[in-house]
Amino acid sequence: VSVVGRRSRRTPRTRWIAFTLAIAFALIMLAPFALMVSTAFKPYAYVLEIPPKLIPDAPTLDNFVNAITTNDFGRYFLNSVFVATLSTIVSVTLASMLAFVFARYEFPGRRVLFAALLFTIMVPGLVLLIPQFVLARNLGLLNSLWGLIIVYSVLNMGLNTFLLRGFFAAMPKEIFDAAEVDGAGPWRIYRTIAMPLARPGLATVTIFSFLAAWDEFTWAIVTISDRELYTLPVAIRLFQRANGTEWGLVFAASLIALMPVLVLFVALQRHVVSGAFQGATKG
Amino acid sequence: MEVGRRIATNRRWPHLLRLLPIYGLLLPGLLLYGAWAAYPLISSFILSFTDWNLLKPTSFVGLDNYVRAFCDPLFWRSLSSTLGYTVVTVAGQLILGLGAALLLNQRIPGRSVLRLIYYLPVITSWVIVSLVFLYLYNGQAGALNWLLKDVLGIIDANVAWLAEPSTALWAIAILGIWKGIGWTMVVFLAGLQSVPDDLYEAASMDGAGTWSRFRWITLPFLRATSTFLLVVLTIGGFNAFISIFVMSSAATGTIGGPLNSTDVVLTYMWKQAFTEIDLGYGAALSFVLAGAIGLVSVIEFRLIRRQEST
Repeated sequence: VSVVGRRSRRTPRTRWIAFTLAIAFALIMLAPFALMVSTAFKPYAYVLEIPPKLIPDAPTLDNFVNAITTNDFGRYFLNSVFVATLSTIVSVTLASMLAFVFARYEFPGRRVLFAALLFTIMVPGLVLLIPQFVLARNLGLLNSLWGLIIVYSVLNMGLNTFLLRGFFAAMPKEIFDAAEVDGAGPWRIYRTIAMPLARPGLATVTIFSFLAAWDEFTWAIVTISDRELYTLPVAIRLFQRANGTEWGLVFAASLIALMPVLVLFVALQRHVVSGAFQGATKG
Repeated sequence: MEVGRRIATNRRWPHLLRLLPIYGLLLPGLLLYGAWAAYPLISSFILSFTDWNLLKPTSFVGLDNYVRAFCDPLFWRSLSSTLGYTVVTVAGQLILGLGAALLLNQRIPGRSVLRLIYYLPVITSWVIVSLVFLYLYNGQAGALNWLLKDVLGIIDANVAWLAEPSTALWAIAILGIWKGIGWTMVVFLAGLQSVPDDLYEAASMDGAGTWSRFRWITLPFLRATSTFLLVVLTIGGFNAFISIFVMSSAATGTIGGPLNSTDVVLTYMWKQAFTEIDLGYGAALSFVLAGAIGLVSVIEFRLIRRQEST
């Protein structure tokens, strides 16, 4: 009885303190977003008002309309969707094949190849930039969305392979042995057994790859020079460079860019939080 | 292992036939990866020993580029800025990320909404958050100046946070911390799941307070998680680029401005390679950075392991 009494005395108070702190912290974390959203609805004259008002005096949708109609952000949006979707499919498919083999089979060269893969995860992306640029130029992939798709596919392949390998390695061996006894080869086991079982892991690497491709900036700004081929990060940044004080438009375009990843993240949040770091935090 | 033994007992031909589909599965990924990651890495390394600049025929210059970096005061300055930025952002993310994780590990209402709010900066692109903070830091009418001057009265006059050499890098570091707290928190939360609840209950019954439970139960269980985070966040700090690139060029007109105060190794390397078109030197700088990252990661692992054994 005494234990129960003590717990019920303490727990509500600490919980209330924790709750208050958590809300206060959430407000600090949200403040920059709140200002971004409210500015996106403000007419040009009010974007740098003092004091900054959270609820605009004369809210307007003009910024969103202008972003899409006169400033072509609809087009940049489609470019980003195209590039991020295709590169995610390529990256996740190829990484899952690599990860499946690394997790389930022994073959000559296995250790060296896997070590090389891990090594490239740690190298800063900018190290590769110069030779990738030369390679893209020689193959005619500069100023082309295909050049973006190829490099973004490679961008996450090392990490995807590493994460997915953990999922495949954790699957019970017996299922695979049974399939082999039935005469199934690696391709069939990969397609019919390993992939369906790896769904939570695939969801995780899919969202990470999509996010990375959607947000990528450096490679796009180096290789893309035609206006019609801009992706959203490049377009938003160059728009801000050219129209420094048009904050309402800049943030309207930013919100348009943020929406798809927000939707994707909320939809797949469960997987990301539960699945992503299991391998990383153990041991 | 088991598979290996089975393969080894097979005869040679069936063995090769068996390996064929395995290499078939590897081939597409390895080809793409080899052409666009491994090959560029090697070729960049070779480049770093040349004077390649697109203007004259390239020749090997041995270690010249590395010696030049060693004697280049601006490189050393960028390296020390990189270290400062990394120390501040890693510490900030670890402390606040752990704090957020401990809060959300309690049974409080609205946990999933709070978690999403903390995580929101993580999923927002670097370009967007850089522009948002550029707006907040505005020297005349920014929200930060308004808050510090008009509301809290901490400063007397507006500060041009990003145009002032003494504040610019730290203003960008605050963005780095804010953006990374959510990710650090999620990893800590995963680590906290490994702490058995009955340990806390037993400790409470023995009269242990909140602090001693945290110090003697929670922290030891988070050791593997913290090591992982320390190494990954350090690598992230060394790789900071987009925020500095976007904010410094927008606020001062030069990448790494004002007065080179926000130049980190990557922005300095960028300018050498793409503004000065000194591609060999740029490649060498990037390998010095890669070496520094490797070295610091190894030191971090070692230090933590030594702590564990004592």
